[in-house]
Amino acid sequence: MHRKHQDVVFALVGIVALMVAVLTFLTLFVNMAVDGLPRLDWHFFTSFPSRRATQAGILSAWVGSTLVMLVTAFFAVPLGVASGIYLEEYARKSWVTDLIEINITNLAGVPSIVYGLLALGLFVYQFGLGQSILSAGLTLALLILPVVIVATREAIRSIPQVIREGSYALGATRWQTVRYHILPYSSAGILTGIIIGMARAIGETAPIITIGALTFIAFLPPAPLKAEPPFVSFDWLMSPFTVMPIQMFNWTSRPEAAFQDNAAAAGFVLVFMTLAMNGLAIWLRYRLRRNIKW
Amino acid sequence: MMEQLLATKAEARSLSFYYGDFQALKGISMPVHERQVTALIGPSGCGKSTFLRCFNRMHDLYPGNRYDGQIILQPDNTDLLARSIDPIDVRMRIGMVFQKPNPFPKTVFENVAYGLRVRGERSRRAVEEKVEQALHDAALWDEVKERLHQPAYNLSGGQQQRLCIARALATDPELLLFDEPTSALDPIATASIEELMHDLKKRVTILIVTHNMQQAARVSDFTAYMYLGELVEFGVTDELFIKPQKKQTEDYITGRFG
Amino acid sequence: MAKATAALHGTAYLASRRARHIRERLIEVLLFFAALISVVTTVAIVYVLVKESVVFFEQVPLRDFLTDRQWTPLFDDAHFGIVVLLSGTLTSSFVALAVAIPLGTIIAIYLSEFAPYRLREMVKPVLEMLGGVPTIVYGYFALLFVTPLLQKVMPGLPGFNLLSAGLVMGIMIIPYVSSISEDAMRAVPMALREGSYAMGATRFQTATRVVVPAAFSGIASAYILGISRAVGETMILAVAGGMQPNLTFNPLEPAATITAYIVQVALGDLPHGSVGYQTIFAAGLTLMLFTLACNLAGHVLRKRFREAY
Repeated sequence: MHRKHQDVVFALVGIVALMVAVLTFLTLFVNMAVDGLPRLDWHFFTSFPSRRATQAGILSAWVGSTLVMLVTAFFAVPLGVASGIYLEEYARKSWVTDLIEINITNLAGVPSIVYGLLALGLFVYQFGLGQSILSAGLTLALLILPVVIVATREAIRSIPQVIREGSYALGATRWQTVRYHILPYSSAGILTGIIIGMARAIGETAPIITIGALTFIAFLPPAPLKAEPPFVSFDWLMSPFTVMPIQMFNWTSRPEAAFQDNAAAAGFVLVFMTLAMNGLAIWLRYRLRRNIKW
Repeated sequence: MMEQLLATKAEARSLSFYYGDFQALKGISMPVHERQVTALIGPSGCGKSTFLRCFNRMHDLYPGNRYDGQIILQPDNTDLLARSIDPIDVRMRIGMVFQKPNPFPKTVFENVAYGLRVRGERSRRAVEEKVEQALHDAALWDEVKERLHQPAYNLSGGQQQRLCIARALATDPELLLFDEPTSALDPIATASIEELMHDLKKRVTILIVTHNMQQAARVSDFTAYMYLGELVEFGVTDELFIKPQKKQTEDYITGRFG
Repeated sequence: MAKATAALHGTAYLASRRARHIRERLIEVLLFFAALISVVTTVAIVYVLVKESVVFFEQVPLRDFLTDRQWTPLFDDAHFGIVVLLSGTLTSSFVALAVAIPLGTIIAIYLSEFAPYRLREMVKPVLEMLGGVPTIVYGYFALLFVTPLLQKVMPGLPGFNLLSAGLVMGIMIIPYVSSISEDAMRAVPMALREGSYAMGATRFQTATRVVVPAAFSGIASAYILGISRAVGETMILAVAGGMQPNLTFNPLEPAATITAYIVQVALGDLPHGSVGYQTIFAAGLTLMLFTLACNLAGHVLRKRFREAY
């Protein structure tokens, strides 16, 4: 009898532990929603930060975040996918391959602020890119590179060998096999990894603070499209900027309650976005598992 | 007697093969006659699949594999295993059908068209004609003509395997390799594949690995019996099954062994 | 048939084959360079940290760095005792791990050995999302929700303190600990459990005496990941822990961690090339060495638990 009780007690302890984690999360969410939701209106999204809390908004922050994410995706996706393809489909066992693999595992564990220091020393000063959108995008691209690589490799590994053999047997080259089979069949898995990586990048604060992004930006970067030829402009890449998490940090550090409500509102938007992205990724993965036929 | 009259399509000459340090094939020499079906039989692990996969250099995909000896392909007298020969060119001429149907997760049409696309065929008309022809040749056209653009995975196992045959045929292979093509199929599907092979040998040379002796007897003109990486006996199928020259072969085909 | 002969020997064939070879080779080289970027990143990190640290240590002897008990790099009377920042990092990490390791382990055992399949499938994504919440949001929560809550119980608690930051950080780390531990426990073969049940053991006994020991190296690597997360965490501490250097092991006090210090310096406008600028690289190098050690230990342990089955 006594021993059977143990199981029941532990099951209860387990549920309590789970509840602590889940309830904390719910409290966080609800608390932020209660403080922040009243601030969330159209005006909040279309206004610059201001000295007056009630007039302040996140326009420069969400535009900045969007542009930084564009740069991040532009570098991280091709590099990460290419690395994953190389390691799974091309690399033969050698010390170089081992080095790359150990290195990727290791990079995944480097604290994000260290990437900030790298960017400060290298991008900002050595390359002279300054405290720009380009610097920030590159930094976050390096930060999420391991996530994209690992997801790409896992997705590729789940493709059965007979598919590759079928392709090679028809006279396909390695690249043809990758292009017509490996990439299309792993795309959903890769996409999942990219979304998770981007969700992480969008919430990263420390590395961007470290490169010295300004916290008070009451203007937008130059528009990427112009009325006169050549119509596109890349001046925005070198523009100063702020991003959502930095805006939130800035408001959180203010002692006035009104600004902290702004922080809650910005936080709510941020959490909503990362949760939506993570949720999308989880849903994709679930669908993928159900659809796999091999 | 029949042997002398036939042209040779391919010929293994003292072929040995190594997986790393392990020698899987030991000095095999035998011909593959043109427009005939040649069957490779023997107990599991005897090296028959390994031997088959030498013909399209499939082993090149994995590190640590090594060939020794030659496989001469006619009519141009090319040694398929020579270092100067690119395995991709070998596979351009020699098709393969696998143990389990392995259609690509694409449409029926795209599966068959793939070999043509790999060869750089751009003309839409040419591709469509070839695909239809290949599906006819694989006796699949009537069953799939209404659903060419549906996923190949919707087909039954037997249909999938015939699709894989059509896929190989679309590129006009000179030699077609079958690696236990019916081992994953039911008897009815198996019968249709065997019938198909009989029709196909009018235009293409066939080399088939089978674990099923009745199948070898039914479909092949020549049979090679292999054991532990060695070729024990090679001959006209009817003769080999009725009057094997070697005691070992006799034991195997009469079921006293393996 | 002449076509085939030409196909393997003709000059046109050789030319097309060479073109194909070059194209394939080029693609492979490009992909290889992409894969090399990650190695270059590591090299660049080490290069930047070491380069600036070398300049730093030319001005501040390593002995002082390790033994000085004050950290006042921006004062006229500058002191550079990393111990001060380390104490903040260790204290907050300790609080976080005191939450994350027990709760994470219990959750892992519960999900792996007790929970019904449906519950597990439902809970895992939720836990995963918990790990995906931006840390700045956790920082906000620690400063503006948890601290006021704690102050009701402990009236003397300052507005910035390591306790609140550490607790929230612990919750954030739970998913890292629980998911890897659970994977390790799930990898334990069923036969081992069956052997235990056959002897009349309960679920709890089987879990604690058979499964956990068998999955030990995997669980340990989960703990190490948790430690390296805690040590490297920045925003929660920068927001809720206070940024004043304070040599203390009391979580009820405010104190700066290595990471919070870097943020504080970066927020100001220190001139590039000053000693103040270089301190953050020396601090970063310390952090990097610590997490590197953690990662290597975790790598070795993971390898061992994979080999076990």
